[in-house]
Amino acid sequence: MQKGLCVKEKENEFRRLKEFIESKKETQGIMMQTLQEAQNIFGYLPIEVQKFIADETGIPLAEVYGVVTFYTQFSVTPKGKHKIGVCLGTACYVKGAQLILDKLSKELGINVGATTEDNLFTLEATRCLGCCGLAPVMMIDDEVYGKLETKQIPEIIAKYRG
Amino acid sequence: MAIYRSHVLVCGGTGCTSSKSVLIKERFEEKIKEINLDKEIQVVLTGCFGLCEQGPIVIVYPEGTFYSKMSLDRVDEIVSEHLNKGRIVKKYVYHETDEDTEKVKALADIDFYKKQKRVALRNCGVINPENINEYIARDGYLALGKVLTEMTPEEVIKLVKDSGLKGRGGAGFSTGMKWSFAAPNKADQKYVICNADEGDPGAFMDRSVLEGDPHAVLEAMAISGYAIGATKGFIYVRAEYPIAVHRLEIAIEQAKDLGLLGKNLFGSDFDFDVEIRLGAGAFVCGEETALMQSIEGYRGMSRNKPPFPAVKGLWGKPTIINNVETLANVPQIIINGPEWFKSFGTEKSPGTKVFALGGKINNTGLVEVPMGTTLREVIYDIGGGCPNGRAFKAVQTGGPSGGCLVKDHLDTEIDYDNLTALGSMMGSGGMIVMDEDNCMVDIARFFLDFTVDESCGKCTPCREGTKRMLEILDKISEGKGTMEDLDRLENLAQTIKDTALCGLGQTAPNPVLSTIRYFKDEYLAHIVDKTCPAGVCKKLLKYNITADCKGCTKCARICPVGAITGKVKELHVIDQNKCIKCGACMDACSFHAIIRK
Repeated sequence: MQKGLCVKEKENEFRRLKEFIESKKETQGIMMQTLQEAQNIFGYLPIEVQKFIADETGIPLAEVYGVVTFYTQFSVTPKGKHKIGVCLGTACYVKGAQLILDKLSKELGINVGATTEDNLFTLEATRCLGCCGLAPVMMIDDEVYGKLETKQIPEIIAKYRG
Repeated sequence: MAIYRSHVLVCGGTGCTSSKSVLIKERFEEKIKEINLDKEIQVVLTGCFGLCEQGPIVIVYPEGTFYSKMSLDRVDEIVSEHLNKGRIVKKYVYHETDEDTEKVKALADIDFYKKQKRVALRNCGVINPENINEYIARDGYLALGKVLTEMTPEEVIKLVKDSGLKGRGGAGFSTGMKWSFAAPNKADQKYVICNADEGDPGAFMDRSVLEGDPHAVLEAMAISGYAIGATKGFIYVRAEYPIAVHRLEIAIEQAKDLGLLGKNLFGSDFDFDVEIRLGAGAFVCGEETALMQSIEGYRGMSRNKPPFPAVKGLWGKPTIINNVETLANVPQIIINGPEWFKSFGTEKSPGTKVFALGGKINNTGLVEVPMGTTLREVIYDIGGGCPNGRAFKAVQTGGPSGGCLVKDHLDTEIDYDNLTALGSMMGSGGMIVMDEDNCMVDIARFFLDFTVDESCGKCTPCREGTKRMLEILDKISEGKGTMEDLDRLENLAQTIKDTALCGLGQTAPNPVLSTIRYFKDEYLAHIVDKTCPAGVCKKLLKYNITADCKGCTKCARICPVGAITGKVKELHVIDQNKCIKCGACMDACSFHAIIRK
């Protein structure tokens, strides 16, 4: 079940989104940009936000929902405070990225794609991050950790728990 | 413009930025200012130098000194010794082997660069990509000027056709031909699109071009727009490439300010504008019809061709779609002529190709070589072979759409036709090297897992077929496969190849087919002997305790299923029937007495 979003509390956020949509009235094909902006504002795309976009743009809700669920970048559930993305590009994979991911999953006690109960971490497997020279690589928020070994994981996680 | 006696070039590509090259640049500036040399020495953040393995990289000109694995402490020493006193700090200079630490080689003499020929990457690591004047100083926008003032659109298309340039994004279709299909179609609006949705895992040449030389792409887009009669361009770029997007935005802004994009370019009546559109993480959007759907704001699902985009493309208008690396070649071809371009490479595949070397190779990074260079030259002479003395096993080219090539193929000359003949493909240029520690069944499974996840779901062969193939591969990697499974796998693969709607599905079985072709014995080992020779497939591994065991009981206490027994100070044993292969015991053992085989 998706958690509900209190529309009243988020009045400012909705106003920002509305302004964005209005500024793009003349542009063709604004769906992706609108969703990207909305995700920037709200952090994720709950059904309330999708309904709002549908109403404002005149695009049917079913279509908005279809696009949201097609692209991996868009999320309909809220994320943890820190996003951990382990690169599973080929270069990282052949250098043992799966072991890193397994170790993290064990360390955090969650499956890939899930968020810890304290809402501190979301663990994800990402596509190639493009720093193949540093393989295997993971990103925590905007920080890149390269040439990883499984034994470093507990220490790195502890830093964010601290 | 100010003149400087020395330039410090700091790599600002994604690889080096990840290891904090921006801080290194700032430290250089700070330290240089401290000794009042900031009027004499300029620090520049450039695009990728290519040798990512050795990053962060700094090059000091005019000497061309190549400093590798930079850190903040090293900056201080280089500023006070090299920049202030003129003494090169030899110990931080990049050395190919551990023995020759005294020699200081010029950039052009380093093995990694010696065999390379940089056309698409010519400005990467040379100019500041955020300053249009540096691009112009390197003949930037000269080609656009030439095209608009001296050539007709037909002449431009003929010239590109004559050069033999083929699309660098994967399929290798003639770029000039593509343009010529769109040119004669009458419409009130036509579009050009730059496909920068580089999704092939392990390939990052397009990103490096965008980050290191964004204006080359803009210039080429304007040229292609003039050639086909389009006034509007879109760059569809991955959202995962924030640095590339940022530099493109700056580049578009600067080009507009100087009148190199916008209305009446070079005093002609040709207008051209470029807009950036961000992807949202869907591999299939690299396929041209899916890409256009995504720009229009729909689910990125591919459609049947014909009609081809040149006839009916974006919003139903004639459209051409070119890849980043392809476009980066265009201005050079216009300036130097088709004969110059054909002087590199092979007869059928002229020019150069950029490859992203990755995986089990010493010099991970980006290399650009003439077509026809052999795999051996790329992997050994430039790439430096496999690290830690491990034996080369295979190289995967073309990513999830390609296949693997083995030792016997090392002397193959790389071009579109040769790679396809061997069951792989050029693809966008990813080259992942694997050594004896990689299991080929696992690699095939990895790629299929990728395509199953990325299939758009529109056509049944791709949506259902790849999923079934993955299930069979899972079975095999768990030791439950049968010989019939292998036949079924090959059958299914062939059917999907023949019937899938778009390139993604048609090529998805390639990694499986090529690993079966060259590593059948490994598949048999999994199916018949129930072992994984490389020791990768978890379910087929066995944990054992060696004589090094001191009987500390740590492993027995940590084992979640109580599979380990033994008395204090005596050798412990693992009950293989109970063991769930979690590896907790191996992590816990302080004496390295537990082995996995």
